[in-house]
Amino acid sequence: MLSRRDFMQAAFATSAIVGVSGFGKWAQLAAQQRLTQEQLLDFETTGNVTLIHFTDCHAQLKPVWFREPSVNLGVGEVAGKPPHISGEEFLSAYGIRSGSPEAYALSSEDFVSLAREYGRLGGMDRVATVVKSIRADRPDALFLDGGDTWQGSLTALRTRGQDMVNIMNAMAPDAMTSHWEFTYGIERVTEIVDALPFPFLGANIFDNEWNEPAYESHAMFERGGVKIAVIGQAFPYLPIANPRWMFPNLSFGIREERMREVVDEVRAEGAELVVLLSHNGFDVDRKMARQVDGIDVILCGHTHDALPEPVKVGNTLLIASGSHSKFVSRLDLDVRDGGVKGFNYRLIPIFADVIAPDPEMTALVGAERAPFEAELEEVIGTTNSLLYRRGNFNGTWDDLICQALLEEREADIALSPGFRWGPSLLPGDRITREDIHAATAMTYPNAYRSEMTGELLHTILEDVADNLFNPDPYYQQGGDMVRVGGMGYTIDVSKPIGSRITDMTLLRTGEPIDPAKTYVVSGWASVNEDTEGPPIYDLVERYVARKGTIDIAPNTAVRTVG
Amino acid sequence: MQMTRRDLFALAAGLAAAGLIRMPAHADEAKVEAAIKEFAGGMPETGGVELGAPEIAENGNTVPIEVAAAGATSIMILASGNPNPGVGTFHFTAMSAESRASTRIRLAQTQDVVAVAKMADGSTKMARREIKVTIGGCGG
Repeated sequence: MLSRRDFMQAAFATSAIVGVSGFGKWAQLAAQQRLTQEQLLDFETTGNVTLIHFTDCHAQLKPVWFREPSVNLGVGEVAGKPPHISGEEFLSAYGIRSGSPEAYALSSEDFVSLAREYGRLGGMDRVATVVKSIRADRPDALFLDGGDTWQGSLTALRTRGQDMVNIMNAMAPDAMTSHWEFTYGIERVTEIVDALPFPFLGANIFDNEWNEPAYESHAMFERGGVKIAVIGQAFPYLPIANPRWMFPNLSFGIREERMREVVDEVRAEGAELVVLLSHNGFDVDRKMARQVDGIDVILCGHTHDALPEPVKVGNTLLIASGSHSKFVSRLDLDVRDGGVKGFNYRLIPIFADVIAPDPEMTALVGAERAPFEAELEEVIGTTNSLLYRRGNFNGTWDDLICQALLEEREADIALSPGFRWGPSLLPGDRITREDIHAATAMTYPNAYRSEMTGELLHTILEDVADNLFNPDPYYQQGGDMVRVGGMGYTIDVSKPIGSRITDMTLLRTGEPIDPAKTYVVSGWASVNEDTEGPPIYDLVERYVARKGTIDIAPNTAVRTVG
Repeated sequence: MQMTRRDLFALAAGLAAAGLIRMPAHADEAKVEAAIKEFAGGMPETGGVELGAPEIAENGNTVPIEVAAAGATSIMILASGNPNPGVGTFHFTAMSAESRASTRIRLAQTQDVVAVAKMADGSTKMARREIKVTIGGCGG
């Protein structure tokens, strides 16, 4: 029987590629507590090629709560288009019923009560079950990891990514690309990559001395009788958004012309299917799909969007598979006569209470965590508020971090970077050391304290806002707005750089920020080498321990207009 | 509430970075136009020149630029927002395999880089591209 979405897809049957996709037909079943693993994995095997996409897990080995954003604005031509819709608008765009498991997994609507009903998502042992099941169905499925895999937890930080390398090696992906991987520094990356049993791809990574490719651009596979090229694209703005000094001889960038050359090269080598395993971010991928001919599928990463259907740009299918091990994507393709003739797609939500853990992977995860278990589980405090990170302007996790910075470092104003990684905690949850690290664990954590003029603060806010809201996606870096504590402002995302941010106000006094006056500012994740201060995870731990119970007041400091 | 020596360094670095990202000063545009006209003998039409550059500079002190124009005898590069916009001019002869050259330039702030090509027949062409110099954002 056709679901409403299947029907809508069928209505597009005149387009060049015909396919079905969807999130499942099990809403009512779940509401009646009858959701089963079989239903989650139910899939009509299609065509001759299967791609499994997994991305941006940020080292989350165990099931998590993860609230999707309620604010995710798009500018220019992508305004109001997926993934720049949220809440009810998102649900209605995809025909998802409020209160259903899909609504819980994909949106912020009614998050807390649905979380209590449907449970956590993710867990690498559940992911392993899903991947194994797909491989059982199609043994030569290609399993591709979009990166941001080695960073985001206490264990990953302590082992410098080794726990994730061990886990992923057991999962046996066919290739990966990267972003945060490079924040372990080039020596460590080289050490890992040299021993990696699968290719570490980055067509856009160059040696900046000789301007030559520094990593393999692509790998060729033959699956289901189809010659497949997988091209890797690392996060283009690594040396800008992350500390350049950690990989001083590498240059990244979007390098559209280079992508065109690599696509031409693999087509010349006989590729019948060209897959871009990308860490560009969704809007950058959407533009690249339009600008560069010959890419059949883009497996999108970086911006953490989870979309239940592919976005089609010309004949290119864009797949957005979420983050934090919440989802695994399965894309079946019918590749014949030199082209994609049809597809079947499902974004598989990893409902941890429904999908049985894979025992081997459970054991492996346990072994990686064992040396740190006591540390991980130590309870530091409790939260009365929902703690989450995602949102263009603020999230309660960063409200907490900013408050910790203000108090622990005696600052007027706090800045917390607009990272999109970090799971959520529900009201009433205990806050463990593991939870604090899941929102802060990284290799340049020092919480600085310095003085900045009002003018400089304005410049910083304008600069970061342009990285997010520049109407040309190629100028977007894919994070969210820097989070601010102790200061409010008004933002008009439709304006150009220099005029988006107005009404900067020091909340403590209610006075306007004076461009000429100096303020004490504390923040973390500075890209400058030799930044001094306590690591943010220690600072937040101290703050939470001192408070005991965390209550976050609604944040009204950022007003959006336009 | 004590500033350490390190904090002062961080502050200085922050201020220097802020200096890098001021909006282009419009006063320089006249200088740029004058330089183009002097080289080309008028304002050239846009197109016909490849200007390869990153969208956002990774390091404003050394930004890789590549210019090419089929059949060009010379290509001039201008950095419109630098105190002195002139970067240099590449000359090509019949012995050149291709009229293509690359170099690295320093960009003081976000600005347009301009490439003007002079062809063997005396005609001229131009390309213009904005390169952003930023203090950096926050990755996803």
